[in-house]
Amino acid sequence: MKERRIGVFICHCGGNISDYVEVEKVRKEIENEPGVVLARTQMFSCSDAAQEEMISDIQNENLDGIVVASCSPKLHLHTFRAMSVRAGLNPYQYVQSNIREQCSWAHRDSKPFASDKAVRLVRAGIAKARLSAALTTMRVETTPKVLVVGAGVAGLSAALALSDIGLPVFVVEKAEEVGGWTRKWGDMFPHGNGSNLIGELHEKVKQREDITLFTQAELVEKNGSMGSFTVKVQVEDGSTVSLEVGAIIVATGFDTYQPEDGEFGHGHECVVTLPEVKELLAKDDGSLTVDGRRVENIAYIYCVGSRQPEDSAAESPNLYCSRYCCSAAVHTAIQVQDRNPGVHQFHLYRDMRTYGKNEILYEEASRKGSMFIRFEAEDPPEFVIDEGLPLVKVNGQLDEGEELEIPVDLVVLVTGMVPRQNSKLADVLKLPIGMDGFFNEIHPKLRPVETVIDGVFISGTCQGPKTLAESVASSLSAVSKSAGLVKKGYVDLEPYIAAIDSDRCLWCGECQAACPYGAIEKDTVNGKEVARIISSLCKGGGACVPVCPESAIEVKGYSDAEVGAIIDALVEEAVLAK
Amino acid sequence: MSSSGDGDAKAPRILAFSTINISDPGIDLAGSAHMDYSASVLTLPVPCSSGIKPGWILHGLEAGFDGVFIAADGTDCAYLQDCTDRTGKVVAWAQELLVENGHDPRRLKMAAICSVCAESFVSHVEKFQKMLAELSAT
Repeated sequence: MKERRIGVFICHCGGNISDYVEVEKVRKEIENEPGVVLARTQMFSCSDAAQEEMISDIQNENLDGIVVASCSPKLHLHTFRAMSVRAGLNPYQYVQSNIREQCSWAHRDSKPFASDKAVRLVRAGIAKARLSAALTTMRVETTPKVLVVGAGVAGLSAALALSDIGLPVFVVEKAEEVGGWTRKWGDMFPHGNGSNLIGELHEKVKQREDITLFTQAELVEKNGSMGSFTVKVQVEDGSTVSLEVGAIIVATGFDTYQPEDGEFGHGHECVVTLPEVKELLAKDDGSLTVDGRRVENIAYIYCVGSRQPEDSAAESPNLYCSRYCCSAAVHTAIQVQDRNPGVHQFHLYRDMRTYGKNEILYEEASRKGSMFIRFEAEDPPEFVIDEGLPLVKVNGQLDEGEELEIPVDLVVLVTGMVPRQNSKLADVLKLPIGMDGFFNEIHPKLRPVETVIDGVFISGTCQGPKTLAESVASSLSAVSKSAGLVKKGYVDLEPYIAAIDSDRCLWCGECQAACPYGAIEKDTVNGKEVARIISSLCKGGGACVPVCPESAIEVKGYSDAEVGAIIDALVEEAVLAK
Repeated sequence: MSSSGDGDAKAPRILAFSTINISDPGIDLAGSAHMDYSASVLTLPVPCSSGIKPGWILHGLEAGFDGVFIAADGTDCAYLQDCTDRTGKVVAWAQELLVENGHDPRRLKMAAICSVCAESFVSHVEKFQKMLAELSAT
C-alpha cells in the first residue's frame, strides 16, 4: 500500500485547549507517527489565516490526509471539509480529533493527564486518516418543487412561504376542508380568530398559481431520494397522481386527547373537553347553557391526558406537557367571563404554564375573577354526583390542603395534544416515530425540523405539542431548509453508507430485516444470491452490521480495520503523563 | 465531581462508544460545563449504538482497556424507535463473546445518554470506573 502523507494541525483555541493541554509536547509526541509528514500547532485552526496555512501545506506537501485536533466536530466539521475541498483534498480524508470538549475542558486539573489523553485522541485521528478512503458523494440534481403534507395552519403557511420564494408547491390534505383544528376555533390568543385566519390563508393559497391544493387526498407512495422524489398521491376520485418534488414537508398536525369514560366525570352531560367548549364558543356568542340551564359555576381541570405519571393506568402514558392548553384554557375563561359576567370559574391546575406573553392572559383572568387552585399530581380532583348535583372535590395546595367542594354546572377537561395516528404515512415516508408517538427530528436543538430521511422535513404539531406561533415558526424553518436544498440545483449525498462484501455474503436476509429504510435488497452476483445496498436509501446507521453472521457488511468509515486501529491508538501509552 | 488528578495514573481505562448525533453531544456538554471526569475515559463516536459490533468490544478489552461503555442513543435515536432493544441485543451478544474469551462480562456497560445528559454520563463513568477498580482488585 502506498505510504500515506498525513498532516496534523493542533489548535490552541486561544487558551481553551493550550491552558490545559501541552500542545507543543503533543505535537512532538505524534510527529513521528507512521504516515505523518507534517505536524503544526496553530492558535486558531478555524481562522482564515490558519486555513490558508493548511491549504498551502496540503498542496506543497502533497498531503492525502489531514487531522485537525481542535474543538468538537459539531462546530467545524463543515468548515474544515470545505477547506479540504479548496485545497484539492478529498473532504472525507480529513479527520477531526476533539481535544477541547472531550479533553482540555473536561480535565482541567491535570495538565499531564489531559495532554496524555490528547496524544491518544490525535493518534486515533491519525489512525483513522491513515485508513481513510477518498470517498465520493453521489450528486443528484434537485427538483425545484416541494410537497407539503397537511393543510393546517403550519402546512398552509409553509405553502405560501415556499410560493413567496418562487417554488411551486403541492399541498396534500386528507380532509375535505383545509385548516385542521384551527379552523374549528374562534378567538385565539394572540392571533385573533382561528376560523378567520384559516379563511385568509386559504384565500391566499387559492390565488397562487404555483400552489396546487389536493383535498381528500393521501400520499401513498414515495420513491427516489433527497432532492429528487417521485411521489404518488391518491386524489378524491380514487385515481393516482404522480408528482416530482425535491423536498417534502410533513405538517399533519395533532389529535386531541380523548378522556376515558368516567375520567374526571367524562361522559356526564356537564363534562366537556377544552376543544369542545372552544367549538361551542366559536359557534355561539350567547351565554353558556347545559341542558337548557344557564351555566353559573365552571371548573377547569388541567393536565388531563398530559404529564401523566409513568405508573398511571394509561397503556402508554403521555409524559409530556402539551404546552398550549394552560393558555388556551385561561383565554377561554376570559371569553366566558366577558359573555357571562356573573359566572364563577375555578381553575384546578398542577402548574400554570402560561409562558411568555400569555402571562397577560393569566393576569387578566385573575383580575376578572377566575380562582386558581393548585393540586398535586398524586392527589387529583374528583368529580362526584352529590344528591343529584355535580360537584368537584379538590385538595387545594395553597389552602393548606383543605378539601374544597365546588358545585358545578360545567366541568371543562383541559385536554392536551396526542400524536395523530398516521402509520400509513409514516410507512410511506419511513419516518421515525419517537417514544411519545410524534414524528422524530434528528435533534431538537441542532436539527429541529430535519429527519433521518434526507429531504423529508417535519413541522408543526406532528413532531410534538406546540402553540400556533411555534407551529408556524417550525413550518417556516422547514421551508428555509427545503428551499435551501432544492434551489441549489444539486445535492451531494453523504458517502458514509453500508457496503456489502459479496464474497462473504451468503444472503440470509438478516440485514434486510434489520434495515428500517428498505435500503437492502437481494441481488445476484455471478449466480450467487447476495445483499445489495440501495445507496440513495441507506442512512449509514449501521443496524445491519452486527446482525450479519458472516461479517459481510460494514458502514464506510467504520470498518473492522478502521475501528480496530482507532482502538489500538487510543489505548497505546503516551509518555507525557509519566 | 471527581478529580482527574493524580489518581488517573491507576484509573481503569474505559473505551466509550458514543453516537454522533445523540450521546457524543452529551459528552461534549460535560466538557463544555467543565464537569471534570477521568482522563482515562476515551471516546469513539459511531453513527448509532445499534451498529456496534461485539467484536469491537472484545478488541477493546484485548487491546488493554479495562472496560467498555456504550453511551447508547436510547429513546432519542433518530434512526430507530427500538434502538434500545437492538443495542441491548448487541450487548448480550458481546457479553457472550467476552465470556467465551475469558473476560468478565461486567466489563461491558451500556446506558442511554442523551444530547444533554452530561451529568448522567459523568456519573455513569465514575461508577463504572469504581466497579472496574473493584473487579481488578478481586
